[in-house]
Amino acid sequence: MNIQQEEKAFSVQELIQQKKSKSKNKLKSEKIVPVILLLTAIVSVLTTIGIVVTLFVETTTFFSHVSIKEFFTAQKWYPFSETQGSYGILPLISGTLKVALIAAVVAVPIGLAVAIFLSEYASDRTRRVIKPILEVLAGVPTIVYGFFALTFVTPVLREMIPSLQIFNALSPGIVIGIMITPMIASLSEDAMSSVPKVMKEGAYALGATKLEVAIKIVIPAAISGIVASIVLAISRAIGETMIVAVAGGSTPNLSFDVTSSIQTMTAYIVQVSQGDAGYGTTIYYSIYAVGFTLFIFTLFMNMLAQFISKRFREEY
Amino acid sequence: MSTLVAPKKEAADSLDNYKNLNDNNKVYQTKELNLWYGSNHALKQINLDIYENEVTAIIGPSGCGKSTYIKALNRMIEMVPSVKTSGEIQYRGRNIFDKRYGVEELRTKVGMVFQKPNPFPKSIYENVVYGPRIHGIRDKKVLNQIVEKSLKGAALWDEVKDRLQDNAYGLSGGQQQRLCIARCLAIEPDVILMDEPTSALDPISTLKVEELVQVLKKEYSIIIVTHNMQQAARISDRTAFFLNGEVVEFAETDKIFSNPTDKRTEDYITGRFG
Repeated sequence: MNIQQEEKAFSVQELIQQKKSKSKNKLKSEKIVPVILLLTAIVSVLTTIGIVVTLFVETTTFFSHVSIKEFFTAQKWYPFSETQGSYGILPLISGTLKVALIAAVVAVPIGLAVAIFLSEYASDRTRRVIKPILEVLAGVPTIVYGFFALTFVTPVLREMIPSLQIFNALSPGIVIGIMITPMIASLSEDAMSSVPKVMKEGAYALGATKLEVAIKIVIPAAISGIVASIVLAISRAIGETMIVAVAGGSTPNLSFDVTSSIQTMTAYIVQVSQGDAGYGTTIYYSIYAVGFTLFIFTLFMNMLAQFISKRFREEY
Repeated sequence: MSTLVAPKKEAADSLDNYKNLNDNNKVYQTKELNLWYGSNHALKQINLDIYENEVTAIIGPSGCGKSTYIKALNRMIEMVPSVKTSGEIQYRGRNIFDKRYGVEELRTKVGMVFQKPNPFPKSIYENVVYGPRIHGIRDKKVLNQIVEKSLKGAALWDEVKDRLQDNAYGLSGGQQQRLCIARCLAIEPDVILMDEPTSALDPISTLKVEELVQVLKKEYSIIIVTHNMQQAARISDRTAFFLNGEVVEFAETDKIFSNPTDKRTEDYITGRFG
């Protein structure tokens, strides 16, 4: 009792005043912190601008060697041929899109199924076990996935499809799909778990089954998050480098064939960067043009994601 | 446990007063119901009968178990992971806790309106047809009729008939709640459970919902949980007073409010606690 009474003798307002007079520095830091924060923001914006400008300038140089028309319409990519080099990006784009498409075909259904299971069916305990495992899968270095594709998936696939070449689009496509599945699952699950519980209860109270609630209430309400996760994952598949460099081969060709060797935009950049071409040659500049195309692709994907999620959002 | 599904309308017509009620007019019979959240004993030895085409009000202070009880009636309470029950609740003579009793089947017969309006983030039309659709009704004409009938039933039709394709979240809170009632009516349930349906509404919307309840009881049996004792007195035929997980008193509303048997009921009603 005594102690309490003694402490009561202080006025809290007085204490606050005392502290205030001691900490004049606080005011300074209140002014400095926003400046520091702004500077860091500027650094990241400048970096982005720097990258775009570099890409753009070097790409312009490339187009002084090769016409834009040839770049986008020629059907052969033979940069290393000295006599009749051909710079048509379509084969590289086709390689990239084939791999991304296969990855999406693998990852979207599996990722969504996992997300539905985790958010609607799994008990708390199951979720606590499965989610970290998924996140570990997402943290595996891509070079490991590359070797997994080359030394495990490709031989298994060749058992089933004898005509499959050692380097092909199918195997890295599948493995990239496995790689981006956790991303879709985890982000979609976040979106689905944030659908208000009262909304689900409304459907359950009408006699809906779990599946009906998941498909007709939860997915539509979470669609903007789900689409964003899918597009983000496909962007990642388009930009993926190591897996295709290891298991995809280095033969650019324009076709729908997934069993033969391909080259993607990213794998081409790796190949040239490794030192096959000297500074200032057309080949050297070509990697910037390819990189710029890749940049346009992912930019487009991100804009698509924003458009779709706005267009289909169910406001609540 | 044989089927006791009574011919509903005739039975109601032939009865003029409560004294003649027999089991056939009981929609729900609760027998020795106990319910635990983990180790918390939330409902204790509940015995309560709900009669058809009546409004049964459940009143009591916060935490007395009234919401828990109403959610047990359509087994929504099972969505809380740690819930255990003993005893039984018979709906039309069948124990709803029976393993063979499909919960979807029960909820198709027993609709629910929640405390906060919870329309789906879809158009007004889609909200109403959601129930019929999941139960397999796809015919456009039939669905259109259901929408009109349900919205009229919920006294909302005149306000929304020209904008059925608008998002339900553009409606006012009171309109949203009536939309939720319409959504519930769309599958023509037998019983409607209302868990404090007006607690988030303004007085005028509250009045509209109360008037609606009076109309709906001609066709439906309604159980309403309410914090508002005047509301219970105004709209219900019977009232159950819950306290600390027990039913203290259950009788005709007139009797509860004019001449309660239990001292605790009297204290609560006269505002001495709760």
